[in-house]
Amino acid sequence: MTRAEAAPAAEAGAPRAKAGLADREGFLAWVMLLPSVVYIAALVGVPFLLAIAFAFSDVTTGDPSFDLVGFRNFDAVFADGVFWRALRNTLVFTLVSMALIVLFGKILANILVADFRGKWVVRFLVLLPWTTPVALSTISWLWFLDSIYSPVDWVLRHLGLIDANIVWLGRPGTAMASVIAVQTWRLTPLAAVIVMAGLVAIPRDIDEAARIDGAGFWRRMFEVTIPLTLPVIAVAGLFGAIMTFTDMTVPYVLTRGGPTHSTDVLASWAYFRGIEGGDVGQGAAIALFLFPLLLAGAVAILRAVRRLEAQ
Amino acid sequence: MSTDVAALRRKYARRHAAARCGVYGAAVLAALVCALPFLWSVISAFKQNQDLYNPESNPFFFNKPATPDHVTFLFADTPFLTFVVNTLIVGAAVVAVTLVLALPAAYSLARLDRPWGTPMGIAIFMVYLVPPSLLFLSLTRVVVALHLEDTLWSMIVVYPTITVPVSVWLLIGFLKAVPKDVEEQAMVDGHSRLGAFLRVVLPLVFPGIVAVVVFSFTLTSSEFVYALAFVSASPEMVVSTGVPTQLVRGDVFFWQSLQASTVITAVPIAFLFNLFLDRFVTGFTMGAVKT
Repeated sequence: MTRAEAAPAAEAGAPRAKAGLADREGFLAWVMLLPSVVYIAALVGVPFLLAIAFAFSDVTTGDPSFDLVGFRNFDAVFADGVFWRALRNTLVFTLVSMALIVLFGKILANILVADFRGKWVVRFLVLLPWTTPVALSTISWLWFLDSIYSPVDWVLRHLGLIDANIVWLGRPGTAMASVIAVQTWRLTPLAAVIVMAGLVAIPRDIDEAARIDGAGFWRRMFEVTIPLTLPVIAVAGLFGAIMTFTDMTVPYVLTRGGPTHSTDVLASWAYFRGIEGGDVGQGAAIALFLFPLLLAGAVAILRAVRRLEAQ
Repeated sequence: MSTDVAALRRKYARRHAAARCGVYGAAVLAALVCALPFLWSVISAFKQNQDLYNPESNPFFFNKPATPDHVTFLFADTPFLTFVVNTLIVGAAVVAVTLVLALPAAYSLARLDRPWGTPMGIAIFMVYLVPPSLLFLSLTRVVVALHLEDTLWSMIVVYPTITVPVSVWLLIGFLKAVPKDVEEQAMVDGHSRLGAFLRVVLPLVFPGIVAVVVFSFTLTSSEFVYALAFVSASPEMVVSTGVPTQLVRGDVFFWQSLQASTVITAVPIAFLFNLFLDRFVTGFTMGAVKT
């Protein structure tokens, strides 16, 4: 009834031209998209170009005048041993964290999609590491790994496994292990949520058919679930890798890059150089070094998503 | 024949029981591993100094009576509440800006089939992968040029660069789940395309909007690099930078208060996020599969 009345009323109504404009899809598509595009161009595109310009300039926080200096910043950065140390640390940090994030994320996702009582509480506790602001959770870890009062050391001491405290953040090897552990701990829930999305999307009948055929848990896992969710697992891994590769929060708060640069990553080194050291040019050159590797990661993510789409 | 069936049934019953035990064991273990530092934070926050700073006392129990002093100190004698209020202001403003920008953009990409729809969607998603660590140096200069340094505005203006791309990505998924007939019906009813979007489609993607709000707020409250680079005045700091920089005096860490602040910040966010986890999971699949 109302339908039949409303349609002709709109056609005959006065605001016809206005309605016409709001109906033209090509026009509407642009108008609706434009604010986001302009905003992103202004606050991502422009700063990005500026970052490139800074990398080739002599800008410092004390002297903001802009002069091109060619590759001088890159030469200075490459000549500095700390840069290579940070690059190596970044790669170790990223690769090890990513492998662990994928492994634990997959296990966690399988647990979270199962049906059991008290699921809500378990989900809540499991998600805590990801939803807590990373700087705060890292502070919790700073205390958890304290050189004197760490409960980890307390337990190990009482089990008789160690005599004196392990100074987790004071030695290069254990400091790196700690940074990796905290990063893995914090990103695993995100990976689990992404893999869950893949698991939920698997049609039920495939799993049931495999069950009827007599396939056990591990067989179903390796021959049905994992192959079907591989693209999502890849997406989760690449997300973890990119977020680790470009992140400085955990090393910055937990170790400040120490002891003696053994946990400095490119992002934190760029921060120390560019903001705290005031040499914007060198900081930008270091940060820019992240970009080609990052682009490769982004292309890999898109390929994975495409495969997901083709499924 | 019937004995076979009975044997099979017993076999499956055993398998089932073992699987249940496995699930519960794994769930409890996972929860413990993930939440252990937090559980310890909760205990630490209420410990007396004598108990906390004694390497021999059991760290998991109260060896001296619990005390609320350090939590009181956090609220009464530190700017923690200011940081919380600032975080809420910045979060709310960023969420508002994000929705205003992302909703129309997602609709445009999801529904108004343009030839540039897919490449544009991919380009926006790629922006999410451009990290703060690459841009903070030049954005700091932009912020200074706009005279926004040491203000909450610096974060409100810049954070949507992180939240808009993800939100567009998520919303595309939710929008594609709304049947096209719904809009066509609305247009037959006399709404314009825009009117159909505003009056009919928006209410239907409300769950998606809520997911975006929660997700954007989580991202905003977590952000650290920009907040650290843009704001160095304590009254304008948010929780993620204020707590680590202001609750540590020189080398003195106020451990109990620090732990309390972490728990107080973490629990409400995790609670909210958990409420909408299933929606977020479906949104992510749809965004990934249908773009």
